[in-house]
Parts: sequence; C-alpha cells; structure tokens
Amino acid sequence: MQSEMASPAVLDPAGLKRRRLIRRVLWKGLVYLVLTATAALFVVPFLWLIITSLKPLEQVFTDPLIWIPHPIMWSNYVEALTTPAFRFTLLLRNTLFYVVTTTIGTLISSVIVAYAFARLRFAGRDILFTITLSTMMLPSIVTLIPTYVLFKWLGWVGSYAPLVVPAFFGSAFNIFLLRQFMTTIPWDLTDAAYVDGANDFVILWKIVVPLITPALLVIAVFNIMYTWNDFFGPLIYLGDSNQYPLVMGLYAFRTRFSIKWNLLMAASLATCFPLIALFFVAQRYFIEGITLTGLKGV
Amino acid sequence: MSHSSTFTSRMTHLPRLRLTRKARETITGYLFVLPWLIALLVFIAYPMVASFYFSFTEYTMLKPPRFIGLDNFNTMFNKDPLYWKSVENTAYYAFFSVPLSIAIGLILALLLNQNVKGIGFYRTAFYLPGLVPAVASTLLWMVLLDPKLGLVNLTLRIFGIEGIGWLRSAAWSKPALILMALWGGSGSTMIIFLAALKEIPQSLVEAAMIDGANAWQRFWNVTIPLITPTILFNLIMGIIGSFQVFASAFVAGTGNTAGPLNSLLMYMLHLYRYAFRYYNMGYASAMALVMFLVLVVLTVALMRSSRYWVYYESDERN
Repeated sequence: MQSEMASPAVLDPAGLKRRRLIRRVLWKGLVYLVLTATAALFVVPFLWLIITSLKPLEQVFTDPLIWIPHPIMWSNYVEALTTPAFRFTLLLRNTLFYVVTTTIGTLISSVIVAYAFARLRFAGRDILFTITLSTMMLPSIVTLIPTYVLFKWLGWVGSYAPLVVPAFFGSAFNIFLLRQFMTTIPWDLTDAAYVDGANDFVILWKIVVPLITPALLVIAVFNIMYTWNDFFGPLIYLGDSNQYPLVMGLYAFRTRFSIKWNLLMAASLATCFPLIALFFVAQRYFIEGITLTGLKGV
Repeated sequence: MSHSSTFTSRMTHLPRLRLTRKARETITGYLFVLPWLIALLVFIAYPMVASFYFSFTEYTMLKPPRFIGLDNFNTMFNKDPLYWKSVENTAYYAFFSVPLSIAIGLILALLLNQNVKGIGFYRTAFYLPGLVPAVASTLLWMVLLDPKLGLVNLTLRIFGIEGIGWLRSAAWSKPALILMALWGGSGSTMIIFLAALKEIPQSLVEAAMIDGANAWQRFWNVTIPLITPTILFNLIMGIIGSFQVFASAFVAGTGNTAGPLNSLLMYMLHLYRYAFRYYNMGYASAMALVMFLVLVVLTVALMRSSRYWVYYESDERN
C-alpha cells in the first residue's frame, strides 16, 4: 500500500505538499499531546496539595478518590495558621529575617568584590579570581564540619549568626556573575567620572549598580529562593523552636501532628505560597537566573 | 601656541594622574576584595585544611582533636555496615535520578523548542514544583504515595498495577525519593536546556537542511552535539547535588529511622548523625573527605571524557 502511494505522490507536487502538511500537523499534535500529558503529571500533585488542604480529615484518604472536597474546608487554613503547633506569624517573621538579611548581605558584599575584580587593577587580582572560580563547584560538605566547629567556638550556634554573617563576605558564584556583567560596561563611562574626581564608591553606586540591576535582581531572587527553602542550615545551627523558619516549623508540625494531613497540607501550601507569588511577579529573573547558572559551565 | 601649551600640560599631567590612579586602584582594589579574601580564608581554606586534619583524629569538640591515624577510615570501610548501606543508597539514588532528570529536562526542552504556543504556561507548569521546599514536597508525596489510599497507587490500580509500598517498603522507598526529585528538579534542567537550544545558530540548522539532512539527522548531528556542553554541565552539577541529598530523605525517613531497613539512609544523613547527634566530628570529617575525593575523581573523569563526546565550537576554529 505504501509503495503504491509513494510513486504518484512524487509525481504530484500538490499531493506531496498535502502529505507534508498532514505530517506537520500530526507532529505538532504529538508534541502538544506529550507536553500536556507531562504538564498534567507535574501539575496534578500540586493540585492535590491544594485539594487535600481543603478537605475534612476523613476525606483525605478515601477509595475512590475525592477530587472535590465537600464541604470545602477553608477553616483548615485558619486552624493550621493559628495552631500553637505551627506558629505561622512567628515562623514567617523568622524566615523573612533570614531571607532579607542574607539577601542584603550577599548583594552588598558581592557587588563590591565583583567591582574590584572587574574594574580595578591590583597585583594578584587574576590569581585571586581564578581561585574564586575554582571554589564555585566546591561541595559544601568539605567545609561543613570545621565551619560548624568555628561557629560553636564563637558561641554562635543556637542563633542566626552562622546563617547570616557569611552572606556579608560574598559568594563565589554571585561575584563571578556580577563581574561578568560589570566587564561589559564601557570604560569611557567610568573614566569620565574618575576625571571628574569621583571615587570608586561613587562610581560603583551611581554608574555601575544602575547598569547591572537585572543581574542584582537575579541574585536577589535566587538567594530568596535558597534561604526560603533552606532546611539543613537552620537544622544544624538553630536552637529552640522560637527561632525556626517556616520549613523547620513545618517539619516540627509534622512530627507532632502526623495524623492531620489536611492541616499539614494547608501549612505546606502556606509555606511555599509567598515564594510562588514572588515567582509570578518576578518570573523573568527566575528564568534568567536558572539560565545563567546553567550556562556558566559552558 | 595655546595648542602646544595644553599639549605639554597634558604631557606632564598624564603620568602623574596615572601613577596616583594606579596607587588608588591598588588600595581600593584590596579594600574591596577584603571581605571575600576573609571568606576565602575563614570559610573555605581553613575549613578545607581542618576537615582534612579532623579526618585523622578523634574529635568530639569537648577535647582538642586527638590524632588516631587511619582509624576513622578503618572503621568506615571495615566496621560500619551502615556506612556501606549509605554508600549503596546514595549511589542508587544518583545513578537513576541524575540521568533521568537530564533526559526528562532535555526531552521537555526539545518539545518546547518546537515553536509551540503557550510556552509560558508549560514552562510554569514544569518549573512550579521546584519552588516547593523539600520538606513540604516530601510531606505532599507521603500523601500521594500512600500504599493503600494514595493518588498514585489508586491511579496505578486502573492499569492493573498494585501493591507498590513506596516509602513504606525497602525496595520502593528510593524510587519514591527519585520520583520526588524528578518532580521538583526537572523544570530547572529543562529551562537550562531550553536556553542552550535557543543559542543554536539557525544558520547551522538551515545549512544542514540545504545539504539534505532530514529532521532526525538535523537533531542527531546538529542539535545534540551543540548542547553536549550543557549535558556535561548538568551531569556534573547533578552528581554533586544528588550525592548530597538530605532533606527529602530526612523527612521521608522520619528523622530517626531512615526509612524501612535503612533504605533511605543517604550518605549525608549518616554524616549528619555522626556529626550533629553523636558529635563524632573526626569520623564525620573522614566521611566528608571520602565523598569529596569521589566527587573530584568523578568530575575529573567526566571532564576528561568530554573530549570524546562534548563538542566545543572553538575546536573547529583552530
């Protein structure tokens, strides 16, 4: 049948065109089918988080599955966010403290250090920069224990200091990223300011920073995402539950109330909701950030 | 006349300006890198050296470290069966999660690169799970993967698949963990690949088309070689990340038990227990050192292998 069809098609340009069109439509259809099916696989678990958070407890585990809770328990959120087992406002405040201080710290320090690497000439700069690059892939595990011992010795364990203070000394990847952005700024722009007598702080603040704002936002967004979700750091460094950030509070909530899955899901959603809201506001910087981290190795 | 005078004044002016500027650059340069210099010394160089030294000591933080030679390594390799269990679990996890995440990320990126409409919607759908913190996503998957009444098993039952115990079974707990990792991590891998695909010069694809290459040949001989650097990068970062998996195993294994029959006892979890529960810092440092050396060897091996399978554009120009 196929060989029968093939020869007339070659001779008939209109038929060839039509077959190409059909093939393209079929291909597109297949692409959309696979994409939509996969998207469903990614979205449904998330939907289930929302659905479960709105169920009465006895509807969480049922056979057959219940897709629409009846009644819809909005009160789960009130209960989850006000229960003494999950002190949401306190946890949120701690998370915000951790997020805001480290973001400010890493932005300030990384910008200043990157400026030195990008715009100033001094002996040993290039070696130092090479060392900086080589530390980017260093797994945190090799520095973990002595760093902990150091903070213990300083009496900082049991507080946010070990989590926050290092941010004010720069991070290799952020420095690298900002330096790459800064090297693209034309020298004429800063030279003119030099001649006018501006010092490096003024140039950095007035000329360089406004030009690299997108890179700063990428770094801010990434730091927010990292610290918001950080579990290991708070787990080893923080002391009592008054200091816990949201993820730690969620973990503690789970160990106490392992049965109330609907409230646990409501608390889980509340924990990631601010980050998701930020994603929808600043999606561009999330995507750019991932792209930049991905291309740095190329 | 006036022209030449400005010229001479510039002549005398310039070297002085340069000198002061050079000195100023040196001073401000060191001043500006100072925080990072401190970080390099205090948070990277010192801990690396100290971690190496601690590996050969008995150190509980109550007394100064006591040198014990290779005892920690001897205990690790010969007397601690849970150490090997954690190696086995971590290797299993990395062996499946890294290639699967790259494959899924790449396939999704290739599909999204087909000029599809609504790319923003799909991208968001694939990336959204990455925003859910590991603790929350693990709790969610504990609900989804409930052996009797979870969404996953009740759906699988329709296809006649029954009896997968997921996190409650020693055989299925690691696949469950891998599933969670793929759900949370494929989206960002996809975005990285999508960016790499967009970088491919259209002229190369068109040239191949003119030479008579069909869609499959264009894919296999143009697209794939051009994104091999991105595959290498994702491979290395994926290995480093998956070797250090912690939060999902910690939560799913409910802290103390590490899953049925220690099936979720990951390397980092074992290390965490020795370091922060038993305060056996020497042994934990030794574990960290071994992990580091393995990662270095793997990374170097992958980098070396790259000359056989990774395409670098600059090679062609030489």
